[in-house]
Parts: sequence; structure tokens; C-alpha cells
Amino acid sequence: MRGIRKSFPGVVALDGVSLEVRAGEVHVLLGENGAGKSTLMKILSGALAKDDGEILLGGEPVSIPGPREAHERGIRIIYQELNLVPHLSVAENIALGREPGRLGWVDRRAQDHEARQRLGRLGVEIDPRAPVGELGVARQQMVEVAKALEGEPRIIVMDEPTSALTTTEIHELFATIERLTARGVAVVYISHRMEEVTRIGHRVTVLRDGRHVTTRAISEVTVAELVKLMAGREVTEHFPRRRTPPGEEVLRAEGLSRAGVLHDVSFTLRRGEVLGVAGLMGAGRTELARVLAGADRPDAGRVLVQGRPLAARGPKDAIERGLALLPEDRKTQGLVLGLSVRANVALPSLPRLAKLGVVDEAGESELAQRQTDDLRIRTTGLAQLVGQLSGGNQQKVVLGKWLAADVDVLLMDEPTRGIDVAAKVEIYELMNRLTAQGKAILMISSELPEVLGMSDRILVLARGRVAAELQARGATQEQVLAAALGQAS
Amino acid sequence: MSLASLKRQGRELGTLGGLLALGLLLTALTPHFLTVSNLLNVMEQTSINAVIAVGMTFVILSGGIDLSVGSLVALSGVVMASALHAGAPIPVALLAGLLTGAFCGLVNGSLVTLGRLPPFIATLGMMSVARGAALLFTDGRPVSGFDASFRSLATGRVLLVPVPVLITLAVYAVAHLVLTRTRFGRYVYAIGGNEEASRLSGVPVRFHKTMVYALSGLVSGLAAAVLTARLNSAQPIAGMMYELDAIAATVIGGTSLLGGQGRVSGTLIGALIMGVLRNGLNLLGISSFLQQVVIGLVIVGAVLFDSLLKTGERR
Repeated sequence: MRGIRKSFPGVVALDGVSLEVRAGEVHVLLGENGAGKSTLMKILSGALAKDDGEILLGGEPVSIPGPREAHERGIRIIYQELNLVPHLSVAENIALGREPGRLGWVDRRAQDHEARQRLGRLGVEIDPRAPVGELGVARQQMVEVAKALEGEPRIIVMDEPTSALTTTEIHELFATIERLTARGVAVVYISHRMEEVTRIGHRVTVLRDGRHVTTRAISEVTVAELVKLMAGREVTEHFPRRRTPPGEEVLRAEGLSRAGVLHDVSFTLRRGEVLGVAGLMGAGRTELARVLAGADRPDAGRVLVQGRPLAARGPKDAIERGLALLPEDRKTQGLVLGLSVRANVALPSLPRLAKLGVVDEAGESELAQRQTDDLRIRTTGLAQLVGQLSGGNQQKVVLGKWLAADVDVLLMDEPTRGIDVAAKVEIYELMNRLTAQGKAILMISSELPEVLGMSDRILVLARGRVAAELQARGATQEQVLAAALGQAS
Repeated sequence: MSLASLKRQGRELGTLGGLLALGLLLTALTPHFLTVSNLLNVMEQTSINAVIAVGMTFVILSGGIDLSVGSLVALSGVVMASALHAGAPIPVALLAGLLTGAFCGLVNGSLVTLGRLPPFIATLGMMSVARGAALLFTDGRPVSGFDASFRSLATGRVLLVPVPVLITLAVYAVAHLVLTRTRFGRYVYAIGGNEEASRLSGVPVRFHKTMVYALSGLVSGLAAAVLTARLNSAQPIAGMMYELDAIAATVIGGTSLLGGQGRVSGTLIGALIMGVLRNGLNLLGISSFLQQVVIGLVIVGAVLFDSLLKTGERR
């Protein structure tokens, strides 16, 4: 790709970016959120049209007007937000767009056979007839990879493929990637996880603000250098947790149970504290947060806020008592993408801002302005639609809306997922500031270094039960992992 | 069999059970319900709504809605009738009516895909335009009086079975095969289930969406032919509110208004429930005002049942 340019209303997303990928290599694409990685890949795969520049394949200039043409030229892309049709079966999804059969009829036997064969090649066993919506995220990801193996792929782009995977699954995926590259397929790999990048990548290209910064062999650069190149400034990838002595108890869970997902979960949380919640996928972490936030009801047990039981009939009660959920999937559960930054930040505070049902617009703007300044949310203005912001800035808007509502306890579910290193550190710093102000944070995270680095105490869940409660200081990754796997020490 | 497909079957068996329960109830309440002639009569009366509802099911499965079908019935009917009066042979007149419906559907589809209009708006516009066109075309007067051979489209019987019933069954058989066995059917589900994923998988989304509306227009034309033959008259004000009956049949039949989920067999049962209900209420001598209330309650009840099933799953 040479001199690619693309602008959206109000933003230049790509300003003459070039990228050269060789057959059989894993080419890592790095950059902060909003650096233009996704836009570049969407142009390559025909999902977006470029304004200027050219694409060469095997030295030949080619035009890629749409996804179909990209596919014909051997370009496959696996998006971070999986693109599957939930009600269709695994085999139907794998075949989508290239169903076997003649004259418009679909040969379902051939389709199942093909699906089984491709899944077999990836070393996974999934029933080709199962509806995709019933599979877990990791299996859905494998379905996406199987779908990409159609025909003769030359380039496979993977956008944050591991963000929902467990360690074992990541190993499987990496083995698959190695098999692909051994066959001469080029893999473009987008990820924020530095340890993966150095493990799987051959060369790396760094983008910043829509511009090409550098392309180097992975063996020639250090992680610290890469982070610096991405951010354009010095960033420490450490966890800057400043622990404050905890205050009074603000949240207590007693014997929370919910059929099939939570069993007798109890813990306490004090002001100024960060309680990390670790565990494998399906251990009940998100379910716990949802029960605490009043989104789901427990079958047994109760939640006490500042000593008084919470009558959780819904999220509204929990919010009134000062509990706020920052959901894992901020796009669908945390934000209204089609509304402005101002409207999103003010949403939970509207009862306070409105007089006789009429929203005080000046007050709303002031409130939103305070949060955008405070959290350094990068926008073109308060009227900008949240859907146009980068991932890190979206997360800050979610945070800002709860801070504006003046909550005491923040339930953060994977607060730094899909956010680049620099923005992560900003989120960590905010967590420090909040705990210093006496707020309490419950942080669910799949990244062990983050759990160990940012928590005061760690609650480890396994199959819906509390497997261990550890002091973060002195705890090791091995300890947490052993507890999460159900091997209590 | 997977859990979800079991649930789907369960939903459909539930609708079928509802239809049978309704039948049993009416059999108990009136001796006039369970007779061969009455049942054939119900099916014949249901046929027009059932045929239109097939097209509606395709449109709703693809994630859209078509409000113009009632007006298209009127427009196709008057075109067909005028062609017959002008001396055109029956096949030519039929074709003219069908193509009128399909063409208007094509316009609907193009407005949705090329014009990026919401289906609600595009077809709302067509609803008014087609109705107005039918009135202009006939100067507001019905076009009446046709040969017996044309009327046999509605009055004819093959081995006792009325022709409209045969047409309906044929349309459903074809629609079922198209949805379950062909690429076109697969794409209708895929587009309704996740349009972006379909586009990125190389599915020609615009083409298929456009075709779905054209299909809806086409079957509206077919319904117009049956209606015109039955009444021996094509009225520019025919087909009022037919779009709502077709949507109701589709929804009672278990098709999700969000798209991507549903089957034509369910729609057929849905249309029959509405037909049987109307017929039964008539037999029982219940006023047409109260009938409206009952039918409204059934529509809401069926969907409420559905949504309760789903919340039950989630909890």
C-alpha cells in the first residue's frame, strides 16, 4: 500500500500512509487508538474506499472497490468485533458469501463437510450445525479464522484477535498463525499486547496520527522504544498504583448466588481501595459486576452499601446508592453512540439537571465540559458524536458520565480492553486520583499484570465461587492463576 | 438437535397448538365451524392475506418492512382489469398486473438500498403514491365484469379444493424451498441477522435487499389477481389495511421484527389463525367492532408470549 490517504468529515484518518507486507511474515501494525490502523485495514479489505494512493499486490497495482474483490484477490480480514450472523449455523457462517451448490441452490452436505474440514485443520472441534450465537467468543473467533481460510488466502489481517481469548486459546491461535505463515500466507497482526507482538511478529510498522512512523524488524527494537514511537513521547508501561490507606467500608456482598453463574460470593470493599477481580472466562466476573450494579438479580444473598442493604430492583436503585458499572462492552452497554459527548456524560445526571422535566442546557454543558477537561477527553467539541471517538476516549466518556453523577463505587469491567498503552496509563492515573478522593473501585481484568499492579486486594473467582482472596502486594501471577484454575494453594 | 432449534420448533408448535386450540374451541361452540365447506371457505378467505404475508415475511426477515402492499394490490388489480377490458388475453393481463407490483417493489427496494431511506419511509411513500395512482388511473371508479375463465382464478375448484387455496399452497412451498435451500434465502437471513457481517463476507447486500421488496410487490400482484377475480371487480380502494394484516400474520407466526429469525410455515399458521378467528367470530355472530378488539389482543398476546419465553431464557 502506497501513499494511502483518507479523510472523514472533520478528521484526516490517513495522511499518505505506506505499508509493505511480505509473504510468509507476521507483520505487526501498532499505533494508539485513532492512529489509523483500522481505517488502513478497512481500505485494504475493500470495506472503505480510499481518497488517494495505490495498492499493489505482488507488484501489480490493483483496485479493490469492495469486499468481494478483496476476497477474490486473497485478502481476508478478521475484525475485532466479530462479524458473524448469530442465528445462522457455524457451517452457514463459514460458507457465507460463497455457498457451495449450483443455480442458487445450497448444497448443505458439502457445506457441512467443508466446515468440518476447515475447523479440523485449525485443530478445533465445533459442531458445524450449532448456531453461532450459542458459542462462546473464543469459539466464534475460531469460526472467523475458519471462514478466512476460504480458497487461497494471501494476506490475513487480524484485528486484536486475542482480546477475548484465554492463554491456552492464544497458544492455539499462534500455532494456527505459524501454520499459515509456513504456507506463505502473510499475516497482518494488530494488537496492543506488547508481549504478543514480540512473540509472534517478524516486522512491525508503527502508525501515529494517520502517518507512517517506522517499519522495523521486531528483533531490532525494544518494547520501550515501540511504546515511545507510538505515543510520540516517553511512556512508562508500569502500573503507577499509588496506594492510599483504605477508609470505611462502602460495599459488602454477602453470599451472592445466581443459578449457574455465581455461588455464595462474599467480599468487602472500602473507600480508597481497588479490589481486583481475576478469573478465567466464564468464572462469573462480569456476572458479579452485573448483579452488583442491579442489572441482574441475585437468587440469594444481598448487597450492602454503606451498611444498608441495597434493594436492587434495577440499575436505577444501584445508581442512586452510588454504584456505577463501566461495562466490558462499552459500545453497546456503556454509551449511546449516536448521541453527543455532552448528552452521554449528562445522561445519568439528568434528574439533577432537569427542572420540571426541562433539561438545563447550560448546566449540562458545564457538567460535560468539566469532565472532558478533567479527563482530557479528546473531542472536536461537546457536540461531537461519541461514536466518532477512539476507544480510549470512549472509555473516558463512560468514566466521565459516572464521575459527573458523583458515584462512590465504580465497577469497572475490563477498563483497558482494546485501549492503547498511553491511554491505559491515563486510565490508571485516573484510578489513582479517584481512590485518593475516597472512591472505591472494583476492577475486573483478564490481564494478570494489570490485576497485580493496580489492585490493593485480589478476589479470584473460579466457576462462580471465590477461589481465593489475596493481598496484591507480594502476590504472584502463578498464585492468582493457580487459584483461577481451581488449584487452591 | 441443538437447543436453539428445539426452541424454534417449540415456538412453531406453540403457534400450531394455538391454531388447533382455536379450532377445537369453535367446534365446541358452533356446529357450523367444522364442516368441509366452511373450512375450505376459511382457507379461501385467508389466501389473499397469506399470499401477501409471504412477501412480508421475506421483507421482515431481511430486517425491513413493507407498508405499500395494500396499495400495490389496488394498483396491480386496476392495471390487470383495465388490460382485460382493453381486450388483452388473460396471461398478458396477469403479467401486466404482476409486473406492476414487482416494479413498484423494485422502486421500494432501490429507495432503501440506493437511496438509503429507512424501509418504513420508502414504503410509506409508495403506499400513498400507488394508491393515488390507482385512483387516478380509474378516475376513482371500479373496473368490473370479466369472463368466467378469468373469474375461475377465484371460483374454480380442482378436486373440490378452491384454486386460491392451491395458489397459496404453491406459493408457500416455493417460498419455503427458497428460504431453506437457496443462496437467496440464506442471504435474506444473513442480511437480517447481521447486515455488516454479510457485506464484509461478500454478500451482495443491496441486490438481495432490493429483490426482497420486488418479491413482496410481485406477490401483492398475485393477490390482486385472486381478489379481482373473486369480486369480479378491481377497486382502486381495495386492499386498505392489508399491510397490517400481513405484518400481523408474520409476527404471530414467530418472525422477529428485528430480522434474521423466522419461517414461512409460521406465517401460514399466523394467517390461518387470523382467518379462523374472523370466521369463528362471524359464525358466533359477534359484532365486527368487537372482532377488531379480539384480533388486536391476539396479535399482542402472541408476541407477548414470545417475549416472555425469551426473558425466561435469559433469567
